[in-house]
Amino acid sequence: MNEILEILAQNARITPEEIAKLTGQSLAAVKTAVKKYEKEGVIVQYKTVLNKELIEDGHPLVRALIEVSITPQKDVGFDYIAERIYSFPEVKSCYLVSGTYDLLVEVEGDNIQTVSNFIASKLSPMVNVRGTATHFLLKKYKEDGNILKKGKQKQRLNISF
Amino acid sequence: MDISKKVEQLKPSGIRLFFDLVLNMKDVISLGVGEPDFVTPWHIREKAIFSLEQGYTSYTSNKGMIELRKMICHHLQKRHGLSYDPEEETLITVGVSEGLDLAVRAILNPGEKVLVPDPSYVSYPAVVELAGGKVVALNTDLSNGFKFSASDIDKACAKGAKALMINYPCNPTGASYTRKELLAIARVAERRDLIIISDEVYDELTYDFDHTPLSTLPGMKKRVIYLNGFSKAFAMTGFRLGYACGPAKVIAAMTKIHQYTMLCASITSQMAAIEALRGNNHDVLDMKKEYMRRRRFVVSRLNEIGLDCHMPEGAFYVFPSIKKFSNNSVEFATDLLKKKNVALVPGVAFGSTTEGYVRISYASSYENLKEAMLRIESYLKQ
Repeated sequence: MNEILEILAQNARITPEEIAKLTGQSLAAVKTAVKKYEKEGVIVQYKTVLNKELIEDGHPLVRALIEVSITPQKDVGFDYIAERIYSFPEVKSCYLVSGTYDLLVEVEGDNIQTVSNFIASKLSPMVNVRGTATHFLLKKYKEDGNILKKGKQKQRLNISF
Repeated sequence: MDISKKVEQLKPSGIRLFFDLVLNMKDVISLGVGEPDFVTPWHIREKAIFSLEQGYTSYTSNKGMIELRKMICHHLQKRHGLSYDPEEETLITVGVSEGLDLAVRAILNPGEKVLVPDPSYVSYPAVVELAGGKVVALNTDLSNGFKFSASDIDKACAKGAKALMINYPCNPTGASYTRKELLAIARVAERRDLIIISDEVYDELTYDFDHTPLSTLPGMKKRVIYLNGFSKAFAMTGFRLGYACGPAKVIAAMTKIHQYTMLCASITSQMAAIEALRGNNHDVLDMKKEYMRRRRFVVSRLNEIGLDCHMPEGAFYVFPSIKKFSNNSVEFATDLLKKKNVALVPGVAFGSTTEGYVRISYASSYENLKEAMLRIESYLKQ
């Protein structure tokens, strides 16, 4: 991956000035490259990774992974039906996968009821959906490479030769 | 109790007080650490745990487990084109630190001279003096990028010297040598019949060119004791595991001392090291990439705030001059620590010519480095 993208993927708050220092490129070159990536859609969004379980006043949301089996459509394959599914805002991610089912869909809702209702009233009855299997998430340990637990203090000495 | 004269005469670590101060302080941003800020990769730690569960808790052969020695030799062959025999030419040591001590003790007779770079890693002059040898300093400074040249060695040899100690990339300066520079050093070593103790523990952290082991150069294998270890490349400092490769005769001599003083390296560490070499080197490459970026950032910031600093070729240290602000590095470091809670190592720790410098380690997170640079900047502006 391009070095600028690598740095931004780790830290979206880093400034172009800092990227220039880290990569040894000129500030102008960094700014141009970032603009280009934004325009091309390579950079989709700058956002903050939250560990929602630690938000005390936050209302915890419920997430479910749903295995969806579908009948592909002539000419458009899986894409047509996938689009109908991922267009719902309740759907947080949607992947076409190999194996015993076709789409792996991640759905988020206020509580088990709302998620269940979404599956029962929107997802399952959809034409070409042959079946679903729903797994509610009980606990998140690691997400996108981030371990969702407060790390232990490192044991390194403050100073050594 | 009466203490040995030799030990009493060893240069006391003049900065011990400073170290005590740092170690007892809380909430310090430390740029004074001589080890990676990464934890040992999980697959290696997991293997160490598994080996304990399986009951691997015994001594190993004095030279170290043959499986590990074979893997090291295979790795050196593949990575650097070095060919050493795992049976006769390889010894597993307790870190490179032990390797340095063994190498020096194996070759020196009382009074014989050893060329030691100044600045150098703290133990270099000490192990020579403990072995009864005499240190001849090879001075380097900012103007030559902290590197000595072949002619520096030649001049220093005028008074006679048996061996040269070299560490590249270097702790504390980060300096390293290109193949061309090493070829010139090798020619002088040959002419002056020097044994070279080559500490290449930072070899994987070489940024601007490929690292060349001295012993791969023509005629060098028979006069080089090659030292390396797992601490830096695999973030395994606490495992204390290194290795020495060299002519069978010197490895046998080193093994003799090792068997009487150390017996063998820890079996848990050896098992972990086998796993480290078995894995792919993605962890190593990721670490290196991260260090490269931090190096650029730190060098550029230091020069910006007025601390003259050269761009070092390797390791994770920079060695800026503080001469514009102070001529006493211990005072400078102490004051900075007290006022801004930033720790670095005074240059005097590493030699007699390094007053006016400090060692900054960039084995610290980017956020820490950024904050530390801001604090140093505000300190210098006072």
